[in-house]
Amino acid sequence: MSSLLELKDISKVYGSLHALDHVSLTVEKGEWIAIMGPSGSGKSTMMNIIGCLDKPTSGEVIFDGRNISKESNQKMTELHRDKIGLVFQQFHLINYLNAVENVMVAQYYHSMPDEKEAMEALERVGLKDRAKHLPSQLSGGEQQRVCIARALINSPELILADEPTGNLDEANENIVLDIFRQLHREGTSLVVVTHDPEVGEVAQRIVRLDHGKIVSDRLNEHFLNS
Amino acid sequence: MNKKRRMFIRTIVASLVRRRSRMIIALLAIVVGATILSGLGLIYFDVPRQMSTQFRSYGANIIFTPTEEDGIAEEVLKQGLSYFPASETEGYTPYRYENSQIHNMPVTFAGTDFRLVLKTSPYWHINGELPAHDGEALIGAKVAESLGIKTGDTVSAVNSFEVTKDMDVSALPSYEIYTDPETGETYCDHMLDLTVTGILETGGSEEEYAYVSLKDLSYLLLSERGYDIVEVSVASSQAKLTQYVERIEGSVEGLSAKLVKRVTASESTVLTKLQSLVFIVTAVVLVLTMICVATTMAAVITERRKEIGLRKALGAFNSSIVLQFMSEGLLLGGVGGIIGSILGYVFAQYVSMQVFSSAIMFRPLLIPITILASVLVTGVACLIPIRNAVEVDPAIVLKGE
Repeated sequence: MSSLLELKDISKVYGSLHALDHVSLTVEKGEWIAIMGPSGSGKSTMMNIIGCLDKPTSGEVIFDGRNISKESNQKMTELHRDKIGLVFQQFHLINYLNAVENVMVAQYYHSMPDEKEAMEALERVGLKDRAKHLPSQLSGGEQQRVCIARALINSPELILADEPTGNLDEANENIVLDIFRQLHREGTSLVVVTHDPEVGEVAQRIVRLDHGKIVSDRLNEHFLNS
Repeated sequence: MNKKRRMFIRTIVASLVRRRSRMIIALLAIVVGATILSGLGLIYFDVPRQMSTQFRSYGANIIFTPTEEDGIAEEVLKQGLSYFPASETEGYTPYRYENSQIHNMPVTFAGTDFRLVLKTSPYWHINGELPAHDGEALIGAKVAESLGIKTGDTVSAVNSFEVTKDMDVSALPSYEIYTDPETGETYCDHMLDLTVTGILETGGSEEEYAYVSLKDLSYLLLSERGYDIVEVSVASSQAKLTQYVERIEGSVEGLSAKLVKRVTASESTVLTKLQSLVFIVTAVVLVLTMICVATTMAAVITERRKEIGLRKALGAFNSSIVLQFMSEGLLLGGVGGIIGSILGYVFAQYVSMQVFSSAIMFRPLLIPITILASVLVTGVACLIPIRNAVEVDPAIVLKGE
C-alpha cells in the first residue's frame, strides 16, 4: 500500500491551547481508520487539517505526495473539492434543496451537475425513491445517507466522516456502517472520527487521541478476523 | 443552457420559492420601498400638471390689452393666441366694456362670448345660468342688488344718445325720441330688452358689471369695435409664460400681453415648495428602505452561515458564494421593483384623487427607473452582509456538537 496522506509532526495552537501537539499519522490508500478520543482530545482539529479545511500551526501535511501545508486557500479548496468527500454528524444538507439537488450541489462545485449520476448515488445508499424529498421530509438516517451520497458523488480518494452515526439510531447506524464497508471493499480510503466504540471497532485501524497527542495507534484484530 | 447554469438557476429559484416565509419578509421591505419610490416619483413629476390645472381654476394668467383706441381686432387676437401651443392653451375670453343704463341708472356693460367665459373664469358662481342666447344677460350681484334685479326678470337696457340732423333713427326697432326742454337738443333712447338668466357672484369687481353677448352690446350701442381686454389661460411654467409674453410684446402690433403676476408667481412658489417636499420625502424613504433591506438581507444571510460553510467545504470559491447571494438579492430586488412600480401607480392614483381630485398621468419611464433603483438599492444593501458571509470559516460553522 502507498500512503495517501501523511501528517508530519503537526501542531495546532489556539492561544495557549495546544489542540494538536506534534502529531504524526500516515493514512494508506484504501485504509479505513477510526480516530477516537474524548471531547477536547483534538479529533475535530485533526479532521479539519486532514480535510484541508484548516492549516496546522507547524508541521507538514502531505496529500497524495504533495506538500499542502503552505498552499494557498484556493489550492486547499480545490484539493478538498477534488479528493475528499465529507460526511457530517449534523448532515448539513441545504434545507431548500431536495435530496438529489443536495447531491448535485457537490457536482456543481466539482465539475458538472448530472441528475442521472446523482440519482445513481442516491440509489447506492438506498434512497432513490426519496430523491425529490426535502431534508425536512427525511428521517435522520435518510439525511445521513444523502450526506454520504453527496460525499461519494465525485469519486473522492478519501471519505472523511465526523461522528457519522452520532445522531442516528442503531438501525440507521448499521446501514451507514454497511455503506462504509462497501466503500472500503471498493478501495476508498476512510477516516472516521468518532467517540462511539462500536463505530470505532468496525474500522481497520484505530487511532486514539488525548490532549492533542496520539496515545495509541493499532490495527483492529476484529476487522482482520472479519 | 449548460447543466451548470441550469443548476445555478434551479438553486436560486429553489432558495426563493422554498424559503417563502423568509423571502416574503425581504420582498415586503423592497416592495414597500419601491412602491413609495414609484408613487412619489409619479406624484413628483405630475405635480406641475396637477398644480397648473388647480391654478387655472383661479382664473386667467395672461391678459391682452389693446394698444390702439378701437380695441383688439379679431385677427390681432388670433395672431396673439398663435404664440401659445394648443396643448397648453386652456382657453381665452374677450371682453368689451361700455357704459349704458338700466332702469335709468348708469351701468357698465361687458360684452363677451359666454361659451368661452368659464374657461378663463371657472371660479364664477352663478345663481341661475349663463346666457345661452342673444337677448339674455348675466347681472353682477352688486348691480342686481342696487337695481333690485332677480333671475328671470326682464330688464330694459337703454343707450341714450344725442340725435344729430344727419341721423336716421326710424330704422331702430325700439326707441324713444325726446327733446330736452332746457337745451332744445333731441335725444334718442335706444332700448334692448334682456332676460336675466343669472346673478354673478365672485366677491370681486365682476359683480359690478352687466354681462351681455358681444352681438347684443354692439346692437345696443349701434357700434362695432374691438375688445378692451382678452383673458387668456395657459397651463405652463412661469418661465415659459414669461417667454411667450416677451415674444408677443415684440411681434404683435395692436395688443399688449401681460402676466397676471399674482397667479403665476404664487403658482411657481407653491410648485417649487411642493416638489422640494416630495423630493425630500422620497430621498428619506429611499434611505430608510436601504437600511430596512440591508437589515433584512443581513438577517437572511446570517441564518445561512452553515449553508455558506457547507458550500465552501464542497469546494465553492468566495466568488461563487457572492454570485449566488447577489443573484438572489438582485432577483428579489427586481421582483420587488416590478410589484412596487405597479403598487406605486395605485398609491399615486389614490393620493392624486384625494389631494387633487383628478387622475394621475401614467409615466411608463418610471417602471424601469423603479426596477433599476430597487435592484441597485438591494444590491448595495446586500454588499456588507455578503462580504461578511464569505468570511465564514467552514471548519467552525460545520463543527459537530
